[in-house]
This record gives sequence, structure tokens and C-alpha cells, in this order.
Amino acid sequence: MTADLAIRCRDLRKTYLAGKSAVEAVCGLDLSVEPGACFGLLGPNGAGKTTTIEILEGILAPTSGEVEVLGMRWGTGRDQQIRRRLGITLQETRFDDKLTVREIVTLFRSFYPDGQSPEATMAAVELTEKATARVGRLSGGQKQRLALACGLVGNPALLFLDEPTTGLDPQSRREVWKIVRAHQARGATTLLTTHYMHEAEVLCDRVAIVDHGRIIAEGTPADLIARLGGEHVVEFAANATGDGGAAPAALDEAALAALPSVTAVRRERDAWLLTVHHPHVAIPELLRRLAGWQAELNRLTTRHASLEDVFVALTGRTLDADDATADSSAQGTGA
Amino acid sequence: MANFHPLKELLLCRIRAFYREPDAVFWTYGFPLILIVGLGIAFRTKPPERIRVDIVAGAGAEAVQAALADAGSSGFAAAIHAEAECRQRLRRGHADIVVTPEVGGGWSYRFDPTRPESVLAKAEVDDALQRAAGRVDVVATRAHAVTEPGSRYIDFLVPGLLGMNLMGGGLWGVGFVTVDMRVRKLLKRLMASPMQRRDLLLSLFGGRMLFTLPEIGILLLLAALLFHVHVAGSILATIVVGVVGAMSFAGLGLLVAARAERIETVMGLMNAVMLPMWLLSGVFFSYERFPAVFHPFIRALPLTQLNDALRAVILDGASLGSQWFALLYLLAVGAVSFGLALRWFKWV
Repeated sequence: MTADLAIRCRDLRKTYLAGKSAVEAVCGLDLSVEPGACFGLLGPNGAGKTTTIEILEGILAPTSGEVEVLGMRWGTGRDQQIRRRLGITLQETRFDDKLTVREIVTLFRSFYPDGQSPEATMAAVELTEKATARVGRLSGGQKQRLALACGLVGNPALLFLDEPTTGLDPQSRREVWKIVRAHQARGATTLLTTHYMHEAEVLCDRVAIVDHGRIIAEGTPADLIARLGGEHVVEFAANATGDGGAAPAALDEAALAALPSVTAVRRERDAWLLTVHHPHVAIPELLRRLAGWQAELNRLTTRHASLEDVFVALTGRTLDADDATADSSAQGTGA
Repeated sequence: MANFHPLKELLLCRIRAFYREPDAVFWTYGFPLILIVGLGIAFRTKPPERIRVDIVAGAGAEAVQAALADAGSSGFAAAIHAEAECRQRLRRGHADIVVTPEVGGGWSYRFDPTRPESVLAKAEVDDALQRAAGRVDVVATRAHAVTEPGSRYIDFLVPGLLGMNLMGGGLWGVGFVTVDMRVRKLLKRLMASPMQRRDLLLSLFGGRMLFTLPEIGILLLLAALLFHVHVAGSILATIVVGVVGAMSFAGLGLLVAARAERIETVMGLMNAVMLPMWLLSGVFFSYERFPAVFHPFIRALPLTQLNDALRAVILDGASLGSQWFALLYLLAVGAVSFGLALRWFKWV
């Protein structure tokens, strides 16, 4: 067996019975994660990311397939041995509101034969000042950092983070990223799930894009973006000249795709998005054509292509982060 | 670096979470005390009620009233009213009996044989009037009125409330707490750590046992101070019976929590378990009042066994050994529940 991989799984499947029909949450997923890597499972809600990570964590049993974590298999009498080397934050854990940060970190520390001191762990997640504060008084970001502390206190060789920043504000999100990067710098392996493309680009060395229980693309963020055929996205919106709102008649997908250096075209609400190799070639030509089509430019921006663009290119769907449904975990039940 | 003991930390967390939750503390310790005080006052020993006698106005009415007034300690409240009014007062329950002096001497009684106080009134009034008329008792008898601690309602009530409290504590302290952890996904998170299941279960049961001791102590202390309810048997025996009962209900608590994934589910199950025992197991009144055919079923309820054993030890001074059956039964109920709970338990 390939004991040198941190995580290896082959043809992973998980079928749930929902009433009389079977739902395949994970259907034939293969995964290899190198030690020391930060690996991201990226995909929309309901893609099967949580099911996958919970199988890897030994919480769920797969319907079929092989799973190897740190060179060991679940259910072969070594579960405790595996768990001692894992750090976990679930998508949602509501700790007891009446207990303090230090009490909870100390509780989790007590489960591990080796690990950091609770004080050092609280310092690492910047909760030292909140050590004696009760959970009920913490903000969503602080609660998430407490969950991270419980994952880190055992000094894990492998850290699992399920949607670590869902529902957090941008400031709290950056704080979480900082903690994960600091942990990463110590040579540990991390596997995280997220539906924030930006998060995956910031944190992950490698990314697998998951959709409908399968991996539809895998590579470094840069690789995946390169596979789009262009590294830049030109986004613009245009109206017919003089006429208040109607789109110019000649402006269509085929015409735009024919522009030099453009490799893909898609429409998002009122805007057109062009994936291009060289903006300096494509943009002057675009402006010249628009003038010819009697079109007036409302907006023109360029940016580097993102994993979001990769996802859209692969699935034809956007990855609208539906925070509204996903942030219940951050709210807790404040006293 | 300090040593960390998972069982110790889990137990500390249980204890802290409990005493920092004012609601839990109130319902465990405060509420039973309020019940005791309230019921103790409501059912305190009152002076014997006077028998209300209405006398129909007319010749001889005053003589009857005077005879009843002279009867002394028995305590009659006799009044003279017009006949129609007397009948109405009897009908409405304002009078227990109506006495009508007869024209040729003697009296007639109008009473309601379905009302115990009315039947009692007839016997007492007739006795008093016959004596006043000169009847002499054939045999001399003596009566001793007794109102002693140990035979009052409050004495019956205290062990019953203690049993009820231990039942509620076990089901809430283990059942509700477990489902709450499951709902919060805390159970899942704990299972994802290298925590031993055994330690979690021990902390739940250990915490429950720790809370039991003050529960028994406070209740018995207050009952002794306010109502002079004294433990006739040994305090140790009382504690042992209480702890065994608490373990039994902790097992039942784990069983109702075995699979429930919502607070509403476990609340419903807890009520389904507790309600029959509240009503049948002799908390507020003796189950002997139910028809005898139901007694074997009622005695099969663990709270009945606990209450009977507590009453035997607290009121009758029974030894622990004499309660062996109840103790074994309670332990068996706890152990079987615990075993089934582990078998069906939904850990994640």
C-alpha cells in the first residue's frame, strides 16, 4: 500500500436512502493527497464534499470504496490510532454556551496523549484574551476559531476542515486563513472543503472540483485556470448607441468568440465575460467592433481568471455562494 | 506539562454546565422544594371540622340546639332556619344534616347518604341527642385522638417527591443532555476525537450521581426543618436507595436518548415514560386506591419500587436488607435500559 500518501481513496461511493429512493451523495471518487499539502475540495453545496470528508474522518462508513488515512484504514482496529493524529472541525459544532474557551480547549486536549498546551493553542488561534469567556458570548468568528483550536490542540498530522469560513465576515475569514496557513507552515497536511473559490485559491496547493459526487477536475489552482485556455477575464456591458437600454443587435456569442485571443465567451445577467490569453490584443479589437455595431460601452473590467471561472466553464453553472442557508453554524444559540 | 484526564475533564464540564444553568438548578433543586412547601401548607394538619347542623324552626328547636351545644368536644355548628331554607342549605352543601323536632317528641333526620360528612353528621348528632335525652352507654369506651409526625400527609409526600425528583433528574440529566449534545453536533465532534465512549458515558452517569446527593440532602433537610419530617431509618440507607433509584432512571434516560435526533422527540419520550409514574406510582397519593387488579402493573413501574423503598426506609425505619427486592429491581431496570441504549445508540 502507498503509505507515503496522507490520504488515498479509490472509487469511493456513499448512497443514502431518502424514503424509497436511493441518493448517491458520492459516486466513484478518487483522491490522493500528498503529505504536507493543503488540498481543497471545491464545489457547490450538495456536491458531496461533506459526505466525502466525513468518510475520510471515520465518522461515516462508505457504501463502497477504499479509504486510507495516514497509511491506515478505518475499521481495522486502529481507529483510535488514526484519530489521535487527526484534527477536525465539522461544518457545525455548537459547544456548550456555559463553558469557557479554556475549559473546552482543555477538554479536547485531554483526549490526546500528545499535543500542544491549551494556552499555546488559544494563542495560536488568537483567543487568549477570550480564555475565560463563555462560548455564548463569542462572535461567529471567535466560535469558529475555538472549533479550530479543538482541531489543533492534539497537534494533528492531518487536519480536516469542513467549510471553515462559511457564514463568516471577511475579516474573520482572513483570520481563519492565517491560522490555517500557520499550521500549514509546520508541515502538516490539510484537507478542506469550501464553496468559496477565493478561499481555495488563497489556501490550497491543490484543488479538486467536486460536482454531483464526482471530481470533475483536479490540479493546482494555477493549472486549473490555465486549462481554461486563457488566464484573463474581460467583462463588459454595452447598450445600443442613443437607445436607452436595448442590447445592440449585432452583439452575440459567435461574434465575440471570433475576436482575437478570445478562448471562451459567456453571459452573466447584463454582462459578457470573455476568457482571453492577451487582453492587450483582445480589448482594442473589442472596442473597434463595438463602435461598428453602434454599441456604447457601459462597463469594462479585466481580471485574472479564477477557480470560479473554471467551475463555470466545467459545469455551465455559476457557483453562487448561498450563504443564507449555510451560516446557521456561525450563529449558535447565544444566551 | 500538566496531565490531562479525559474522564475528569468531561465530568468537570458536566458539573460546570449544570451549575451555570440557572434553569437546570431551579428545576432540580428549587422546584421540588416549592412543591413540598406548597403541598405541605395546603395539606397541613387542620383542627377537626365542625359538623354543620340545621334545625327546622318550631317547637323544640331551641332544645335541640341547646343539647348539641352542651355535647361539648364533638363540635357542632347548629343553627335554626325555616324548613324550606334548611332543605335548600342541605342541598347546596351548606349544612351536613337537617334535624326536625317531631310533634310527639323525638326527631327526624334529613341527610345525604352519599356524602361521608352527612353520614357522619347523622351518627354524631343522633348520639349527642340520645345522650342528652338520657341514654346510658352499655360499655365504657375510651378514645385516643392521634396526630403524630409519621402519619401525616406531608410524611407520605416527602419520600414520593424525592422519588419523583430522582426520576426527573435521571431522565433530564442523562436523556435530555445526551440529545442536546447530539442536536448540537457536539456528540459527533466528540466521536471524531480520540475520546473513549466509556469516558463520556461515565461522565454522564457520574455527574448524575454527584447531583443526586445534594438533591436528597436538601429535600430531606427542608422537610425536617419546616415540617418535622424525620428519617426513621438510617440516613445511609436512604442515600443508598436514592442513588440506586437515580442510577435506574439514568439508564432509562440513556435509553430514551438512544436514537432521538430532535429535542421534541426526546421530550415526548420522556413525558411518555414519566407521566404514568407521576400518576400511578404513589407520589401524591397511595396507589392502593387503584383497583387491586392494577397493583401488579403499578408495582412493575420503577418509581413505585423506589417510592415504596424510600417510604419504608424514611417512614418505617426499614433496613436496607429488607428492601433487597426493590433495590435489585431498580438495578435491573437500569442495567437492561443501559444495555439496550448502548445497542441502539446513535453516536454520530
